[in-house]
Amino acid sequence: MNSSVLFHPGEWLYLDWVLLVASAWLSIGLIGVFALRRLALVAKVLFPAGGVFGVVLLGIALIATQAAPETAVLPIGLPQLPFHFRLDSLSAFFLMVIGGVAAGVSAFAAGYFRKGEGTPPGLLCLEYHVFLAAMTLVVLADDAYAFMVMWETMALASFLLVTTNHRIPEIRNAGFLYLLIAHIGAIGILLCFGVLQANTGDYSFENMRAQQLSPFWASIAFLLALCGFGAKAGLLPLHVWLPEAHPAAPSPVSALLSGVMLKTAIYGILRVCFDLLDLRLWWWGVLLIAVGVVTALFGVIFAAAQVDMKRLLAYSSIENIGILFTAIGLAVLFSSYGMLPMAALALTAALYHTAGHALFKSLLFLGTGAVLHATSERSLGKLGGLMRYMPWVAWVCLVGVIASAGLPPLSGFVSEWLLLQGFLFATGLPSYFLNMLIPVVAALVALVAALAGYTMVKFFGIIFLGRPREERLALAHDAGAWERIGMAWLVTGSLALGLLPIQFIQVIDPVTQYLTGAGLGATVADHGWLLVPVALDRSSYGPAIFLLGIAICCALVFIIVRGIYHGRVRRSAPWDCGFPWQTARMQDTAEGFGQPIRQIFEPFFDLDRQLPSPFDSEPVYRVQVGDYFWRWLYLPAAAGVERLARLLGHLQQGRITVYLLYSFLTLIAVLLLVRR
Amino acid sequence: MSGLSIQLIDFLAALLLMLSFAMISQRRILSLIHLFTLQGITLVATTAIVAHATGQEHLYLSAGLTFALKVILIPLLLHRIIDRLNVRWDVETLINIPTLMIIGIVLVIVAFDLALPIAKLSTSIARGTLGIALACVLLSLMMMITRSKAVPQVIGFLSLENGLFFAATASTNGMPMVVELGIALDVLVGVLILGVFMFHIREQFESLDIRHLERLKED
Repeated sequence: MNSSVLFHPGEWLYLDWVLLVASAWLSIGLIGVFALRRLALVAKVLFPAGGVFGVVLLGIALIATQAAPETAVLPIGLPQLPFHFRLDSLSAFFLMVIGGVAAGVSAFAAGYFRKGEGTPPGLLCLEYHVFLAAMTLVVLADDAYAFMVMWETMALASFLLVTTNHRIPEIRNAGFLYLLIAHIGAIGILLCFGVLQANTGDYSFENMRAQQLSPFWASIAFLLALCGFGAKAGLLPLHVWLPEAHPAAPSPVSALLSGVMLKTAIYGILRVCFDLLDLRLWWWGVLLIAVGVVTALFGVIFAAAQVDMKRLLAYSSIENIGILFTAIGLAVLFSSYGMLPMAALALTAALYHTAGHALFKSLLFLGTGAVLHATSERSLGKLGGLMRYMPWVAWVCLVGVIASAGLPPLSGFVSEWLLLQGFLFATGLPSYFLNMLIPVVAALVALVAALAGYTMVKFFGIIFLGRPREERLALAHDAGAWERIGMAWLVTGSLALGLLPIQFIQVIDPVTQYLTGAGLGATVADHGWLLVPVALDRSSYGPAIFLLGIAICCALVFIIVRGIYHGRVRRSAPWDCGFPWQTARMQDTAEGFGQPIRQIFEPFFDLDRQLPSPFDSEPVYRVQVGDYFWRWLYLPAAAGVERLARLLGHLQQGRITVYLLYSFLTLIAVLLLVRR
Repeated sequence: MSGLSIQLIDFLAALLLMLSFAMISQRRILSLIHLFTLQGITLVATTAIVAHATGQEHLYLSAGLTFALKVILIPLLLHRIIDRLNVRWDVETLINIPTLMIIGIVLVIVAFDLALPIAKLSTSIARGTLGIALACVLLSLMMMITRSKAVPQVIGFLSLENGLFFAATASTNGMPMVVELGIALDVLVGVLILGVFMFHIREQFESLDIRHLERLKED
């Protein structure tokens, strides 16, 4: 293991470079403070510069995944309590995700932020870059103290970013909810570290790795970590902040929140489960799978019923987090039974999906940002037909949508396919009960994937296809140059992940080697361009073949339609079934498209329907899809807290005499207590 | 270590306790200030005797400081305040005075009970008086609680500080000089600030009755 103490002379470690990138981000943020209202400088110089450092981080991390772990001790922070940092393959992998996505989002943000968005641009620049640096350092932290400091910095910076338009009460509420749940999670994480250090008083991760916890205490630590990181990731029932905070935040921020910040929670749970804890119990895996599948199903069903495009994406993020947790659960399960190659397979699926989701979800959020700026409309019911006016954004979103729907040849398919492979090979588990459970879960995952496809068809179809539902949509303009650069970067990433699975699995290989002691790198390297996770006679996938097949099909259809069938092109109105007075309002709406799902899964929804009366001259139909968790969990909890607060309020009489009496009685009580 | 100085200190301690009770039962603000001044004189005498008996030079300085502050400066300030505010005549306490005396006696018993194990650890010549010092602190606190006007409350606060000072002298032969200077300055600044406050309260509510402050409570 290499070690460094803050830029020691001689060779530079990768870790030093990463810390340099983080400090560069911090400096960019500080420059932003001094250029508080100079939008041109902030947008056209500082944000692109931040993006360049994102690319640098991606490059360093890509090399560092294959390198040996490095550590550093930075003498900042409290006296006697320096920050420990460590760069190993796991953190390098997540740094890759952070750097890659940040590069695209920063470029997009250069063209996105404009005047009058609440927070002045310079301050926004500070918050944004502090957020990036904090995420980088969270992933690097090697002791609980540094981790918590960075984790909280990340939470606060993202809270400020979410409440950019803080003059709107709904946005303030969303931000507050986010902050609240983030802090509940932070308590869980803090307690988890408290258990992990096993009464030694040494909070470095090095010490935690060396501790041998009993199964009971290990389980406590695991449950606390699940609760803490689950709150950040948006696991049920702590998911409620996601659909509130994502629509509230500006689109580049939503992209970072959903694409990258949720992944730090994935990082945390992997770090605790596979690195800091030295044992894994089978029921942890079952619990993770159960929570993950329920979250995924919940997320996708709600996504299908949404009518606000950013809310839809937020629920889709919940779904993807559920899938990630399912994959991690599967890995824990395999690992607890010592089936290390299978654990590596499930873990590879999880990591692949982490990177894939980071790219396509941030891409889609940026797409909604471009649409939002062009039309100032978030409601799906008022969009439509934008492909004609914003072709660039539409095609870019199409890539994201295909990846998100899990269709070949893009990244979503690879990871979900790998995950299903993991389930299919799970028959070797030594427990009868688990062997019954696993196929059911696999079926549910397949259902989630199918519904995700449905949701994405809705998302793309309602926004970009059909005819504009409002007249002013015809005035929509396409994305600007900076925005195009940002989205093109993410599209390139998504395509690369989809088309080069073998190379990417080899990048992941050191991570799974480090966490489980096994990897897919050697297996997949043997078969050239065909992705073979386990054995050639079981299953294989070649993205190039798919791409070729799709290309040939498209070409054939084009030739047949253009050359043979018609021979010539003519433009005319389509057949209108003999009813010529068609308007854009007759198209299927977002509510209409989601109606079958609402019907099938009605017990899941807290529906609030307003049906028009038959005699209404201007009938209005309104349906609101609520979340039962609000009614059954959050509102009672809030009411309980309020009641408690009111009880405590009786203590506050507003009379100095009474307050003095409190001090007096407390003093006497304490003295009497000491007397014993 | 003469038996005489111990006798004298015990006598002064008893005087201090008696003065505390007198303050509780006193309704007139002017008399309260006189009692407070007397308490200060007792304190000065105690400190001087302890200094003489133990031969600690710095306690003389401390005694001088106490004299300057608590016998001259603060009573003078208080006199000026009540002159300017014209509140020589205090009125009712929140609880009637005989009840207060009984509660006070209970407090003294509690204080003696509490001080017993601590006094055993002490090596000072005046360790027997720790219970009295604690009783003075508790009685002053009670006085602050039961008065409804601002000036008696301030006097209660100052008297509380006297009790603490006495406890420090009695149990540890006086605090280090730095701490003592710090506390002396704190008390002085405290009186000045409270004086300013009193003027403002008066201006705002046209009375010094702190019950008016209840209006500030947020509902």
